[in-house]
Amino acid sequence: MASTVAARAPATIHTSFLLLLVILLSCDLFDRIIASSGEAREEEFTEELLLKPLPDKKILAHFHFQSTVPPSDSIGHHHHLFPKAIAQLVKKFHIRELELSFTQGRWNYESWGGSDPMSNINAKPPGVEMWAVFDLPVNDIDESWKGLTHALSGIFCSSLNFLESSTAYSAPHWGLRTNSSSMRYGALPREAVCTENLTPWLKLLPCRDKAGLASLLDRPSIYKGYYHSQRLQLFSSAASGIILDQTLTVVLQPNVQRNGMPNSYDRFLQPNWSIMSMFKKKVTGQCALARASSIFIELEDGLATELEKLGAGESWNNLAFDLSVAPDRVIKEHNSVEGKSSSILYEFKVVKYSKYEPLDVGIKWKLPLLWSCPEAPFHARRFLMGSGNERGSIAISLQPTQSCDQFLSDSHKCTVRAVIFQVAPWYVKVYYHTLQIFIDGRSVPVADVVEKISVSPSEDKVSPGSLQMMLRFPCDMNSAALAMDFDKGFLHIDEYPPDANQGFDIPSAVVSFPDFYSSRSYLEDNCLKQSPLLLKLQKRTALQSYTEVLLVPLTTPDFSMPYNVITFTCTVLALYFGSLLNALRRRIGEEEQLLKSKDSKRVGLIPRLLSKLKGRTLESHQSSSGSSASSKPRPKWLFKVIFVALIAVLWHYYSNID
Amino acid sequence: MALTRRRYWAMAVGSVILRLLFICFSEDLNLGFRPEVATPVTSLRRLAEGYWLKNSSMSPYSGSMYHGSPLLLPVLGPLTVNRVKGLPAHLFCSLIFVIVDFVTAMLIRATGQKLMSTYHRSLQLLNLSCVQETAGYTHVGDLASLIFLWNPFTIITCAGSSTSPIDNLMIVLSIYGACSGLSSLAAFGWVVSTHLSLYPAILVIPVILLLGYGPDAPPSKLFLLKKSNESGGSCPKDKTCSEQKSKEETHIRNFCWRPVLFFIMWSLIWSSYILFLSFISLKEFGGLSEMVKKTHGFILNVEDLSPNIGVFWYFFAEVFEFFRSFFLIVFHINILFMLVPLVIRLRHRPCFLAFVYIAIMSMLKSYPSVGDSALYLGLLGLFANELAEMRFSFFLLCGYVGISLLSPVMHNLWIWRGTGNANFYFATGIAYASLQTVLIVESVSTILKHDRMLRNKLAT
Repeated sequence: MASTVAARAPATIHTSFLLLLVILLSCDLFDRIIASSGEAREEEFTEELLLKPLPDKKILAHFHFQSTVPPSDSIGHHHHLFPKAIAQLVKKFHIRELELSFTQGRWNYESWGGSDPMSNINAKPPGVEMWAVFDLPVNDIDESWKGLTHALSGIFCSSLNFLESSTAYSAPHWGLRTNSSSMRYGALPREAVCTENLTPWLKLLPCRDKAGLASLLDRPSIYKGYYHSQRLQLFSSAASGIILDQTLTVVLQPNVQRNGMPNSYDRFLQPNWSIMSMFKKKVTGQCALARASSIFIELEDGLATELEKLGAGESWNNLAFDLSVAPDRVIKEHNSVEGKSSSILYEFKVVKYSKYEPLDVGIKWKLPLLWSCPEAPFHARRFLMGSGNERGSIAISLQPTQSCDQFLSDSHKCTVRAVIFQVAPWYVKVYYHTLQIFIDGRSVPVADVVEKISVSPSEDKVSPGSLQMMLRFPCDMNSAALAMDFDKGFLHIDEYPPDANQGFDIPSAVVSFPDFYSSRSYLEDNCLKQSPLLLKLQKRTALQSYTEVLLVPLTTPDFSMPYNVITFTCTVLALYFGSLLNALRRRIGEEEQLLKSKDSKRVGLIPRLLSKLKGRTLESHQSSSGSSASSKPRPKWLFKVIFVALIAVLWHYYSNID
Repeated sequence: MALTRRRYWAMAVGSVILRLLFICFSEDLNLGFRPEVATPVTSLRRLAEGYWLKNSSMSPYSGSMYHGSPLLLPVLGPLTVNRVKGLPAHLFCSLIFVIVDFVTAMLIRATGQKLMSTYHRSLQLLNLSCVQETAGYTHVGDLASLIFLWNPFTIITCAGSSTSPIDNLMIVLSIYGACSGLSSLAAFGWVVSTHLSLYPAILVIPVILLLGYGPDAPPSKLFLLKKSNESGGSCPKDKTCSEQKSKEETHIRNFCWRPVLFFIMWSLIWSSYILFLSFISLKEFGGLSEMVKKTHGFILNVEDLSPNIGVFWYFFAEVFEFFRSFFLIVFHINILFMLVPLVIRLRHRPCFLAFVYIAIMSMLKSYPSVGDSALYLGLLGLFANELAEMRFSFFLLCGYVGISLLSPVMHNLWIWRGTGNANFYFATGIAYASLQTVLIVESVSTILKHDRMLRNKLAT
């Protein structure tokens, strides 16, 4: 009997295995049929890296990973490449668009650029910034936002859940680039960003950081940089499915390796760098799952102009610099403006390289070159005025830069528009009626400059105040500034963060210029459409810049005092209550009579003392007589003490046994 | 002691000129920012913000800035916007406050004269006019109004931008109306002051007593005692005696319901009128429930924890969250607890009762300012004759001077220099509250002693 069972068992296993295989195969076939019958699109993943020398001898490295998923109706669909966590998030919270950035350091608009697409899209305010557009009726958005912040804080190991409270987020309608009534915007300027946020971010990539370009992300090198911004962008629609863009922008200072004595000539020379010198690693091939993987080196227009002056041309080894590896392609920007040279892109296909033949692209400079980056037309900065912890004012100043004339030269409009969006937490109580605008140092009536304003004032402990303002300035102004007074709020002792004396951060204001756009235009090429990064750069977007984060010190109460304050205050109230009641209750006439009657009974001092003495002697007699009696209960006392001690010992013993 | 008429007017006009001088320099003095002068409820800056919000078609209460009455917005709002170049920002408002202060002082004077004449008459009835003559008699109306006008607290409240002069005017108006038997005026003052700052609601008791019994008089027991003395003693001239008797019988005051009923009717009319006006002005912005939540609710909940001269702000900034509602109830009930005992002992002096209520109110208010103290210190002058023998008066004077000097110093050290600590400023608040306690308790016991003295005089 036993042997037959044993013989039959492998047979059943075998058949069930076959059945499973058939089912799986049929599923796969079925899937393919569906895919081929609909659009022939699949989940895709691309990885790209753009390197760009900056005028101040730093290097910008911009990693761009894109995962896409075609639209599918089935919930709980199995994904091949696309991170399931994100797909579920999009489905659950009905996200149409989402952008989340973790940034450490401040983007330097003066020396790293403000008007080229790279800086315009990728410069982010310090800390965490998050906005989302939902595909939901207006009443359900807040609920969805709260859920989303919690989910994301779990995914990215960050304190994004602080954005859940209604004091932390606002609902801008038109102050930002994306205009939607179903948008929520929140920022945590003090969030520290480190590897614990990067690791879950990398986990969303199909190859993680084991292969492909992501393997370059050597933690000590990328966190050593001047600026570090890790971003996640989501677009979801019924037509195109979900597009997930993950970008990491770092600004690094390459190690200067010079042979010989540094001389004045060397000082102006750009530092030589290569991928190896910056990331301590070489590119050992692409992620096997990636559709495309390429590295770009960009020379921006300022640098290209300098090269043209030298007559260097676009070749990859000219008299100004040498690229260590020959590029696969050189892409030149198509510039419509005459007399302005255009930026150059050198493309390297990673697919050609492998572990045995790693790619280590770099630049070796031969001649010192000085150029400036394309600045934004206006330089926006924000600062606090006033001293003390009672009140102050916030000022935003806009200063036209040299490049402003370039922007204005083609359009002979006489006014420039600027949109300011600012969120202030509730404990910064802004008096919006005190808004003053100064142009060239002179105060002008608000109505002359403000074209459109919408204010949602802060509600104490409920919501932050947000200000959206569209201003129209004359183009020939030298400076513009606006100032608003505010009162500093006083918080409850529990509402202060652990280090209360450090102060509170006001998130960056966003200043955008709807009249100015930034985009790169490359000659139409089929290959360009394959690269999501270049497509991003070609997109026409309005210029936008972030101002500084403000640090507002707030007055602190004495944190160690609650009990003292409670007792003191209650004492004063008790004093009031008691003494007033006493004054009302008192009947002076009766008291006088009482005093009189007491006087009649008054006994002299000596007789009283005598009687006291007598009393004491009597008492002592009684106690001595009682001592004999008290000797009796002593064993009782002893017994009680021993009993308690016994219980204690037993309890201790038993609790120790466990 | 008695002032000549000319001297009185000179001093009154002098105080007005002093106010105008202060207003000229109010830009440099920055009194409108002082926590002693402007509270979240009375600050004119917040009113300007509320007016701006309302003009930009938002609720004036959005933004937790404005907590005053919606009716003040159309009155004072346009004045905060109008600016004359080179002159202080809130010039027109300040000028209105000067007028309001002056009117308040005149009403106090009129109240004082009324009080004095009735008191004089009742003392004569008791044959005790000698009391007044020996003690040296003061024209309390003149004295009280001058105290009110020259009080530094009143002057800085007037020069600093704060709406508390209007609150004070309404309170004095209701007392004056009740003293002179004008039910409609008393009802108007009471309703408006309650609408503006909630606490004057408790003044309904003294106002009703004033209307029912008339102004302050010695205890009714004394009249009974006098009667029994006279009927028991020999009465040489029967005719005059019987005449006097009849007179006294009419004077032993019965509560007359007529003015009280009128008062109730008028208060209903006025309050419905005010609610109607508020409703119209807030129709688009949440209506009356929003108003009640943001004005009276704000006062009762002590939501704003910015420092002021009271003690509640620090208490509620420090107290544990789960005790908060308990202590809110305790502190507000503390005001109500004392109402009944005070009425029982002082019902024959309703005007003094009103003074005590106002003093308690300004001490236990959630957002007190010196403007409230200015009012009760002015009213204190009305009882100068009775309170002549008050104890600790020198100590109280020194205390008030000392605290009004120390408190700004402590505030400056804490807020502006960062060298001090919240506890120092809170200590001055505690001391101020204790000082007010002493003032209240001493004045009450002195009045009771005075009554006792009258009784002793009558007995001997």
